[in-house]
Amino acid sequence: MTDVCIIGIGIHKFGRTDGMSGRQQGAFAVREALKDCGLEWPDIQFAFGGSAAGGNADSLVNELGLTGIQFVNVSNGCATGGSALLSAYSAIKAGQYDVGVAVGFDKHPRGAFNADPKSSGLETWYGETGLMLTTQFFGMKIQKYLHDHDLSPEVLGLVAQKAFRNGKLNPNAWRREEVDLGTIMNSEMLSDPLTKYMFCSPAEGGVALILASEKVARRYTNRPVFLRAVSMKTRHYGSFEVFSPYLALQRAPAPTVFASKAAYEMAGLGPEDMHVIQIQDTESGAEIMHMAENGFCKDGEQEKLLREGATEITGRMPMNTDGGCIANGEPIGASGLRQVYEVVLQLRGEAGARQVQNNPKSGYTHVYGAPGLSACTILQN
Amino acid sequence: MAKQQVPVQEGLFTWPSDNPQLIARREKKTGRVYFPAIHNYVADEDSEEVLLGTRGKLYTWTIQGFLPKNPPYKGPETVETFKPYGVGYIELPGEVIVESRLTTADPKDLKIGMEMEMTIIPFREDEKGNEVVTFAFAPVKG
Repeated sequence: MTDVCIIGIGIHKFGRTDGMSGRQQGAFAVREALKDCGLEWPDIQFAFGGSAAGGNADSLVNELGLTGIQFVNVSNGCATGGSALLSAYSAIKAGQYDVGVAVGFDKHPRGAFNADPKSSGLETWYGETGLMLTTQFFGMKIQKYLHDHDLSPEVLGLVAQKAFRNGKLNPNAWRREEVDLGTIMNSEMLSDPLTKYMFCSPAEGGVALILASEKVARRYTNRPVFLRAVSMKTRHYGSFEVFSPYLALQRAPAPTVFASKAAYEMAGLGPEDMHVIQIQDTESGAEIMHMAENGFCKDGEQEKLLREGATEITGRMPMNTDGGCIANGEPIGASGLRQVYEVVLQLRGEAGARQVQNNPKSGYTHVYGAPGLSACTILQN
Repeated sequence: MAKQQVPVQEGLFTWPSDNPQLIARREKKTGRVYFPAIHNYVADEDSEEVLLGTRGKLYTWTIQGFLPKNPPYKGPETVETFKPYGVGYIELPGEVIVESRLTTADPKDLKIGMEMEMTIIPFREDEKGNEVVTFAFAPVKG
């Protein structure tokens, strides 16, 4: 079977772009990705795309050209981008197609997401009485984790501080100013122990990746990035997930643990082999827990690692080098693909002011979200 | 005349009752308990209704610090009158862990592992002037 490569990457700046629809930002990203590898839209044989609030992805053809291609819409919550990528990977791996696009975009209203109990299969009382907020779930999950593993709340501030520091170096990020630790810790407490600056916000943006079989990739680029693993897993009974009126008495490992393990097995690599890492940081607590769930440390080791700078761009496990969700915001459909975009940029050595030094060879991405799913990739140059 | 109290949802807890209890379902084959019972997590023929204990331990907690969006939230507060409220999960021994509003919003009152007890609290007034009540957990005093 052929190897699958990423040959073109495109992004529309994250944040807020008034006067431009989510779909237009997705189309912009596709055009950038085509330009990146010297292809044109008629060269594209298939597409998988998704958006949570920006409309149907397949309507992108109105902007890009009615070439008759297979275009499948993907809707998979926070793993929408990851699932689009997984689907595109499989189509090429199976020999069905040689070159295609995975695209994601979004444009969310300001403020926390307002969830609909019915669409999550819950009754109205749950939302009505003020229990249906993603922010509460994040607060409660990290509250328990900090307690069980004896971590101080300040570790949450350190994660956010790093995110803003990295965002400052990323021209496509939304938040581009450093925020000091005191300001982060003392900002409005949204959901104890998480303050305002520790959360990412719903946002806008678009990312497109052009994938090709190795044979075709060589025709267009001399610097393909190989997609060594793509995995996506959903929750088991007993995992602690958002919008749960009840939890089982015993915790099961999180879906990330399974997605991560599958990715390492697929690539024949381990966490110690990763030179650049993007993991889901919907809020600071998520980055803390995901460090352990993805195998980068043991539970409880995070504070030491953060304090010694291990996860800085200059550290031994550079993490969320583009500022992550905290500095970029979260346009759901595009968020997972942004991570892959960043790793490809880093593996090419094109990340500019935030470039990880010593020619990183292997990179890792991880998304996690409602209703308890996770998708991981491993990339190599 | 006293306002009539109506539950936020029929079948969520026993009401009216002097000792209200949450209503759950236990799966016969596995013994797993699912809450609430009104949610069809498990088929009726494979499960039985159980009333949950009213005492448990605080598994985790947070304080909701901002007014949730309406919809889905139907609390009576405005941005001006909103006061933070506590939310937590309470582990009911041998049964299940349930999510609930808490009667306190002061972090100093809350410690993971502390004893909690179920109660019924007024939540809002409905269109007919009834008092809508819901369940909550309170720290056990003493």
